[in-house]
Amino acid sequence: MNFDFSEDQKLLKEQVARYLSDNCPIEVVRGVLEGDDYYSSSVWKGLVDLGLTGATIPEEYGGLGLGPLELCVIAGELGRVSAPVPFSSSVYMATESLKLFGTDQQKEKWLPKLASGEIIATFALSESAIEPNPNNIKCSFSSGKLNGIKMPVPDGSYADLCITVVNDQKGGADKIKMAIVPLDGVGVNKKSLKTLDQTRDHAELIFDNVDAELMNNSDDGWNDVQHIFDIAAILMAFEQIGGAEASLSMAKEYALNRFAFGRQIGSYQAIKHKLADMYIKIELAKSNSYFGAMMLNDDGADLKIAAAASRVAATDAFNYASQENIQTHGGIGFTWEADTQFYYRRSQVLGLALGSIASWKDKLVTQLEEKNIS
Amino acid sequence: MDFNDTAEENNFRLEVREWLEKNAPKDKKIGGYDSIDVEESALERAREWQAKKADAGYAAITWPKEYGGLGASSIHSVIYSQEEAKYNVPSGIYDIGLGMCIPTMMAWATKEQNERYVEPALYGKEIWCQLFSEPSAGSDVAGVRTKAEKDGDDWLINGQKVWTSGAHFCDFGIIVVRTDPKAPKHKGLSFFFLDMKSPGIDIKPIRQISGGSNFNEVFFTDVKVSDNQRLGEVGEGWKVALTTLMNERLAIGVPKSADYSSLTQLAKNVILNNKPAIKNDLVRSKIADWYVQSEGLKYTKMRSLTSLSKGETPGPESSIGKIVSAPKMQDLASFAMDLQGAAGILNDPDIALMHSIFQNQWMSAAGYRIAGGTDEILRNIVAERVLGLPQDIRVDKTVPFNELPSGR
Repeated sequence: MNFDFSEDQKLLKEQVARYLSDNCPIEVVRGVLEGDDYYSSSVWKGLVDLGLTGATIPEEYGGLGLGPLELCVIAGELGRVSAPVPFSSSVYMATESLKLFGTDQQKEKWLPKLASGEIIATFALSESAIEPNPNNIKCSFSSGKLNGIKMPVPDGSYADLCITVVNDQKGGADKIKMAIVPLDGVGVNKKSLKTLDQTRDHAELIFDNVDAELMNNSDDGWNDVQHIFDIAAILMAFEQIGGAEASLSMAKEYALNRFAFGRQIGSYQAIKHKLADMYIKIELAKSNSYFGAMMLNDDGADLKIAAAASRVAATDAFNYASQENIQTHGGIGFTWEADTQFYYRRSQVLGLALGSIASWKDKLVTQLEEKNIS
Repeated sequence: MDFNDTAEENNFRLEVREWLEKNAPKDKKIGGYDSIDVEESALERAREWQAKKADAGYAAITWPKEYGGLGASSIHSVIYSQEEAKYNVPSGIYDIGLGMCIPTMMAWATKEQNERYVEPALYGKEIWCQLFSEPSAGSDVAGVRTKAEKDGDDWLINGQKVWTSGAHFCDFGIIVVRTDPKAPKHKGLSFFFLDMKSPGIDIKPIRQISGGSNFNEVFFTDVKVSDNQRLGEVGEGWKVALTTLMNERLAIGVPKSADYSSLTQLAKNVILNNKPAIKNDLVRSKIADWYVQSEGLKYTKMRSLTSLSKGETPGPESSIGKIVSAPKMQDLASFAMDLQGAAGILNDPDIALMHSIFQNQWMSAAGYRIAGGTDEILRNIVAERVLGLPQDIRVDKTVPFNELPSGR
């Protein structure tokens, strides 16, 4: 029985944690929230210098050639500090897409630049508040040109490259494809959007006859998109767990030091049970996500159901921990000066990024039904 | 990351498999005891199987060799249980004795006493029970009122214990009693072991709301116990009780129950709003939630086993098991009954859907949320021992026990 991360992976986790606690204290996150920057370029540069943007990029393309388990421990630490960087867009989604569905030429062109931090990439599926499905993707690709609107695109105001889910206008079962679109070209209009979490930029991208290139998708491009979402669900789960643990730790600290009615509020069962529930949700999320990580690492048959379970459990844990952290703080937790807000905001960025939980639960049960049949 | 045995664990597993294949009875389910009516023949089969296990060293894998154990680690014990679970062997009768009572004896009794009692317990010749809970001492178990008073070199016990599993077929028991009612609650307790056939012990089965009877009330009237059956000093019984309670977490779990897969099966077969219930979004959402909880607990166990396999103590995550599983048993069963509409009320296994597993589970779950630590006490334990939050204010800590308000 070896259902745990390796010693090397734990060392990497410590190394990333140390870098982030030194270089990404909560003031940096606040700086991005209150300032004009889209992200913290100094924290991002540090992550690049540690090689982390190229963690899973093969060495031949200038990466570290590590596996998904390493990415899981990195994700956890980024979540713990609520890092204001485009890691989930650029690494979990765009880089993984390129690795899996890029042509050799595309990989040679872009992966080294992602590893070296020369460019930041993102992934765009959503077009509006209507849940995307293979029949309502309007962004169209034909004869090398892309037209349409994507929004909200995470980190879209400043990303250099966008893996864009498109409709190839041929109407077949394979009409959904992924296209690579450099965002510095003619016809790309970017508009930053006001969102609940300004520490992670989101933009509307309007494509007007923009040069783009299709990737090497399978016959079922929609399934490829789902596969990327499954990978991202597991990695984001680790990021959510990191944020949930930080929220619990803040709540605990406050409950120990705040006195009311002559005693520590942490001695009241109403608070104790609330914090115990945070802990329980976090552990359930962690255990599901460990299995997700294992499936990711083994490319296992249960990847889909494990991804959905990780997603459901980790979203529940982070949403609950971040909201009840504010509740534990009382009024002070609702002020602009309090740091509770960063986790509260981030829980929704991570929780909504891959579509609604109702859909993930439905996917989970569909998998369960399919497993029972076979 | 994997679920595989180490080479050494695998060797042990193969050894166990071979032994079970040769020795385990292959007839139909003999089962454990889930009712008060354990027939003598069932006890006899349990004794036979226990003796065989003890001879092979599998009866107490983690105990030291001098007590008849294998001196092996907890992971070996888990491996044995996993393999034994594939057979229909008697189970349950010795869990409390070997899981809680005898470890307490090993920690506190004299060498001579352990020489006398450990082996017969291990071989299943003598069965033990635990006498802690009382009508007015449940979650607050240190609040026991059953008293022991000095009578020459002996003690006389008077009072009542409750929720005692197996008392009517047990040979010995361990008991915590009040020896000084003037001392504060925890300081006036002493701890004894006693012969359950002693004169003055009266055992009556409790009938639970489920109709079943898994426990007893035990009444004590001038029951004489020798002072050399005392474990620990007079007035330090709580310290001894903590040894037992520490082992309780290992001995008591929640039984296998109808889970998301049974609910899925039901949902495929009942109709809700003119379509199979499995097509209903609320039903799917509930199934997903319970799947996530069940799988979460399953993999939490894998994490604990990983620690055991490495020879480490499992982390605090293992404490969430019953807090999650007991309410899930109840909620899931209640939801499954709801899917059956008005017929959800049926509790006759011959006519109720799926042999009324959900109805039965709904009834018994109400008890599992209480047994071995209520949902609320377990949350306190997580908050205090795992998260390090302060204890609640204890108004009874320094007051003489006999001056405490007692309510009904």
